[in-house]
Amino acid sequence: MEVAEEAAGCSLRPFSCEQGLLSRPDGSATFVQGDTSVLAGLYGPAEVKGSRESPDGATVEVLLRPKVGLPGVAERSREQLLRRTFEAVLLGSLHPRTSITVVLQVLSDAGSLLACCLNAACMGLLDAGLPLSSLFCGVTCALDPHGDIILDPTARQEQEAHAVLTFAIDSAQRKVLATTTRGSCSAEEAGLPAPRPISGRGGVAAATRAGSGL
Amino acid sequence: MKETPLSNCERRFLLRAIQERKRLDGRQCYDYRNVRISFGPEHGCCVVELGKTRVLGQVSCELVPPKPNRATEGILFCNLELSPMAAPGFEPGRQSELLVKVNRLIERCLRNSKCIDTESLCVVAGEKVWQIRVDLHLLNHDGNIVDAASIAGIVALCHFRRPDVSVQGKEVTVYSPEERDPVPLSIHHMPICVSFAFFQQGTYLLVDPNEREERVMDGLLVIAMNKHREICTIQSSGGIMLLKDQVLRCSKITAVKVAEITELIQKALENDQKLRKEGGKFGFAESIPNQKITAFKMDSAAVDTNNVEEQAEEIITKADPPSEVFAKPILHTPGTAQIGEGIENAWGDLEESEREEAAEEEGESSTTAFECQRTETEDTSMMNEAKDDPIVLSDSEEEEVVILEPQEVPKKTRPQTTLKQESTSKKAFNKKRRKKRASR
Repeated sequence: MEVAEEAAGCSLRPFSCEQGLLSRPDGSATFVQGDTSVLAGLYGPAEVKGSRESPDGATVEVLLRPKVGLPGVAERSREQLLRRTFEAVLLGSLHPRTSITVVLQVLSDAGSLLACCLNAACMGLLDAGLPLSSLFCGVTCALDPHGDIILDPTARQEQEAHAVLTFAIDSAQRKVLATTTRGSCSAEEAGLPAPRPISGRGGVAAATRAGSGL
Repeated sequence: MKETPLSNCERRFLLRAIQERKRLDGRQCYDYRNVRISFGPEHGCCVVELGKTRVLGQVSCELVPPKPNRATEGILFCNLELSPMAAPGFEPGRQSELLVKVNRLIERCLRNSKCIDTESLCVVAGEKVWQIRVDLHLLNHDGNIVDAASIAGIVALCHFRRPDVSVQGKEVTVYSPEERDPVPLSIHHMPICVSFAFFQQGTYLLVDPNEREERVMDGLLVIAMNKHREICTIQSSGGIMLLKDQVLRCSKITAVKVAEITELIQKALENDQKLRKEGGKFGFAESIPNQKITAFKMDSAAVDTNNVEEQAEEIITKADPPSEVFAKPILHTPGTAQIGEGIENAWGDLEESEREEAAEEEGESSTTAFECQRTETEDTSMMNEAKDDPIVLSDSEEEEVVILEPQEVPKKTRPQTTLKQESTSKKAFNKKRRKKRASR
């Protein structure tokens, strides 16, 4: 495998972000990765309705809104994944009986949407001043039919890939907070411990490198 | 979340200021806020900011069968959504009055004014027409949603490019953007809404009210007009009674404002088209300011993945191998299967390990799936330790009970509270039974 090939696939698109751009939400941030752009708006800690309040900590609610059409099942499953990631990082026990609402609006989708949502939400949580145990970032890897890893894939690269993995990585210990995959790939390619150690690419290791860059 | 109510002193302050012809943000009565239009990377996507009110617009198209009574016309569908991030009071899934009102206004402004030539959207008469869908999302609510939404809607429609089609007899070929350049929609005119807020039963009027002013207003007059001074829609709500010359004055103000806004829209569309043609950078990334402290930009970064393989191998060799894979399921009887085997039953074997476990379990919180009465357990375990007894099995409700060897020390049977047990087989259950040592 040539160095040039690897270098071509393993680069992040230019990204940028802006915080505090909306006046009504407590925290807001927009994150742009190449052509993919997500806007996050947060309210919290705020009042929560009786049945949903929890005396242990804050209730986190995530709403992901697509640009066209009504939110469907795919959005719901992503919302659940995002919610669990946030709950792992938020120090919710400092704000019991409150609700923290994260609303994510897709502004444009050109690949690695879930990673962009994670990043926008992290910047939004920072802007809202909510207590976090660590920052986190989202990175998407695509495994193309040749077996190369492509980081931060575009929409076309995602379609052609035979597996797309998204990782949420925390900043304190560079550990993986959440992962979701689409398509099929072997465990070694994903970088999971195999019953017998097999040499192969570490998708997780590559993602962690990218995450530390972010 | 509930919207914070407006306090009485705030209301009084606003009304007094309006009486003295002053506005909170320093505008004059007939002044509009700054309008800022930015486009996204794909055609038909734009974000319009009217002061701090922000609306996202996206246009998409689809080939559908036409409506039966309009067989040769395309369909225009508008939808405005109040995103839950726009204001704390907006909850998802709740059809509020405001939403219905604004949606209806936008629909009348865009659809009923026939600003798009729907005849040109027809592909095969009676069978296939283009359905143009305009999705508007309110991202931040700082007053005057209607104006911002109407501007976003018309800008998105002007910016949109639909795929080119060719028809040979009954066959319809839709060309992708790579094959043939997409075609813009044919737009007759650009209707834009202008809102007027009335206070003190129509005595004072403000153009482009912001959120605070909207809360204390008596009534709202919305006029949709295009640059040819044609009124497309006019609506007065709130129950205020307006005089004829008041309405005429408002329409004159509208004409001036619409001319300004239309000019701004044309300029923005031209700029964007020029950028795209010359290959410059366009999209939302460009709308993020460069030198602002709350913004950050980073160029394309290569990630060094040369040592990734070695690192991965290191991780893999250091990590613990996963536990033994279970054997295939064993079928005992039809309907009863077993996968794996539980841990070996060590009851009555090693006293030290049992006592350790008892101490452990006392420290645990009672969140196991089994209901055990902890207080009783603790009492007897204390006694147990003093007397150095092994555990004994007391009355339980399962079948196939394993009886331990009787010990020299007299057994202490304790009434055991009912435990919820579901067993499919004896072996799989052993591990669970090690935990439920209630008879201490």
